[in-house]
Amino acid sequence: MTALIALLRRDIQVALRIGGGALIGVLFFLIVVVLMPFAVGPDLALLKKLGPAILWLGALLASLLTLDRLFAADHDDGSLDLLTMSRTPLELICLTKAVAHWLVAGLPLIVATPILGLLLNLDGDATLAVALTLLAGTPALTFTGMIGAALAVALRRGGLLLAVLVLPLSIPVLIFGVAASNAAVIEPAGFGAPFSILCALSLAGLVIGPLAAAASLRHGLD
Amino acid sequence: MTLIDLANPTRFLSLTAKLLPWLAAATAILLAVGLYQSAMAPDDYQQGATVKIMFIHVPNAWLSMFVWGVMSLSALGTLVWRHPLADVSAKAAAPIGAAFTFLALVTGSLWGRPMWGTYWEWDARLTSVLILFLMYLGLIALWRAVEDPSRAARAAAVLTLVGAINIPIIKFSVDWWNTLHQPASVLRMGGSTLDKAFLIPLLVMAVAFSLLFITLHLAAMRNEILRRRVRALQMQQASQPRA
Amino acid sequence: MRLTGSQLRCVRGGREIFAGLDFTADAGEALAVVGANGAGKTSLLRLIAGLIAPAGGSVTFVGGDDDLSPAEQAHYLGHRDALKSALSVMENLAFWRAALGGEATNIDAALNAVGLDHIAQLPAAFLSAGQRRRLSIARLLAVKRPIWLLDEPTSSLDANGQAMMADLMRNHLSGGGVIVAATHLPLGIPARELRIGATA
Repeated sequence: MTALIALLRRDIQVALRIGGGALIGVLFFLIVVVLMPFAVGPDLALLKKLGPAILWLGALLASLLTLDRLFAADHDDGSLDLLTMSRTPLELICLTKAVAHWLVAGLPLIVATPILGLLLNLDGDATLAVALTLLAGTPALTFTGMIGAALAVALRRGGLLLAVLVLPLSIPVLIFGVAASNAAVIEPAGFGAPFSILCALSLAGLVIGPLAAAASLRHGLD
Repeated sequence: MTLIDLANPTRFLSLTAKLLPWLAAATAILLAVGLYQSAMAPDDYQQGATVKIMFIHVPNAWLSMFVWGVMSLSALGTLVWRHPLADVSAKAAAPIGAAFTFLALVTGSLWGRPMWGTYWEWDARLTSVLILFLMYLGLIALWRAVEDPSRAARAAAVLTLVGAINIPIIKFSVDWWNTLHQPASVLRMGGSTLDKAFLIPLLVMAVAFSLLFITLHLAAMRNEILRRRVRALQMQQASQPRA
Repeated sequence: MRLTGSQLRCVRGGREIFAGLDFTADAGEALAVVGANGAGKTSLLRLIAGLIAPAGGSVTFVGGDDDLSPAEQAHYLGHRDALKSALSVMENLAFWRAALGGEATNIDAALNAVGLDHIAQLPAAFLSAGQRRRLSIARLLAVKRPIWLLDEPTSSLDANGQAMMADLMRNHLSGGGVIVAATHLPLGIPARELRIGATA
């Protein structure tokens, strides 16, 4: 247990100290959201309708870009070798790294959502709904993404391959995330079903992600 | 001869060398029969003759899923039993599966034009097949990105199994999404209670395409085994001291 | 305690590196793995460390903890340092001490033994190559594990550093540990030779 807590602390410390830390993901999120009106037009009514979708896409892409370094950094400096030799199971190590990644990359996005909701002319209910669905759904994105990160760990153009592998698998999360957000605004009774499924996807990812990632890492260490 | 004997690549090569001509012939015959029966089938009262695209579209769609199943079994073979031919089977199947998926998309799109008025419609079936196609392409990209064949095999195996778990989830979510965003036209793909006049050609075509897959798969596996032998010989040559 | 490798076969990228390799190392013994470049010295170490799966044969460690694999009772000092530039010397070492698991020792004593205690708070980014190497070596002291797998242990070290390393290795052996080291240069301690690859 101390090993996992130490790993969590280290990953968070490293992420916060280098490369702009947590804020760079938020910055990217902001830029993506800002790009939308330029592409779609400043029609506030349209932006309001598209708001949840834009926020979800932005969160998905921001999360994806930070996943690249999840295992690659440890692989490059030889830490991954030593972590497999620790007395803690590799699956738990992967889980801990995913949690660290979510805390540093996913949580700031959720915190930034209310401000971005303002830019997209979303009202309070809609923004809260989006934030809540992101809270439930971004873990699923991290866990699925972790599998792609583990598969692509030793490859040079890994980032692109990672996106190609992970994005199709992330589609259900996107569907239910946006559906829940929209439902919360239009018809609150319809919020429960997609939201529960979103939570279920995150829980399923919690189990499958670390297992698949650890298997990939083991096979890829040769 | 047991299944274990088949595991020997040399045995596999000699066995398939004998088997392939027969399989190819059977495939050709069945395809011919199926196409004939499809042509002879009556027109649909609503769609006219265009419904007959179904006889190609539906088997291709079934096969796109079936091939992922074959790859999943191969993936288990690689990861759990370390069966030597499992890697080869998985690698050979991926492009074939992708091709069937692509054909399903194209025939579905061609079928859609007269039915919906456009070449593309975000219909639940077509959308999930599109996602499946993207997953096939991602898998092929992974095969090609990793240099070492056995490492590539294991990485692809993990992705295949993760994909297999995801496919029902994706289908379910896309179906659900589609009912939320139901497009204006209501589709009648020949109805779920198929008349025997449609059912029989469809089944014949399904079997024909399955045989086509088996033939192509075995041929591709042979090619892959031979390709690996060439690579091994090249590596052996590279590590020889200079004469 | 005895570390044994029997009939080990290593295949990398479709190429057979070595086959039918046997070795033993008893408590207090050092094994020096020698051979030409590409012969498989690093591969052997990584195989014992559990980072490569052998294509044949097995590695066993008798007399240690039977619940743990040989890899979990070994330290691996490879070519890469496993250090995070953003963390300080102390933070790096404390992390590995916690993460590896096993009998942990006093961190300050470990840093002292490798001569880095005066810069414990310095971010690892400012360390020289020799200092980074010493910090990696400190990791071997921070947590006690009976097997030391060392890949070119003296690389990046100056004469003082090499003497220090020889002392540490001697201490480890006299404490009943086992060392398997791949090396081009003399280790500085008595060691039995294990040759890989064709003799010249």
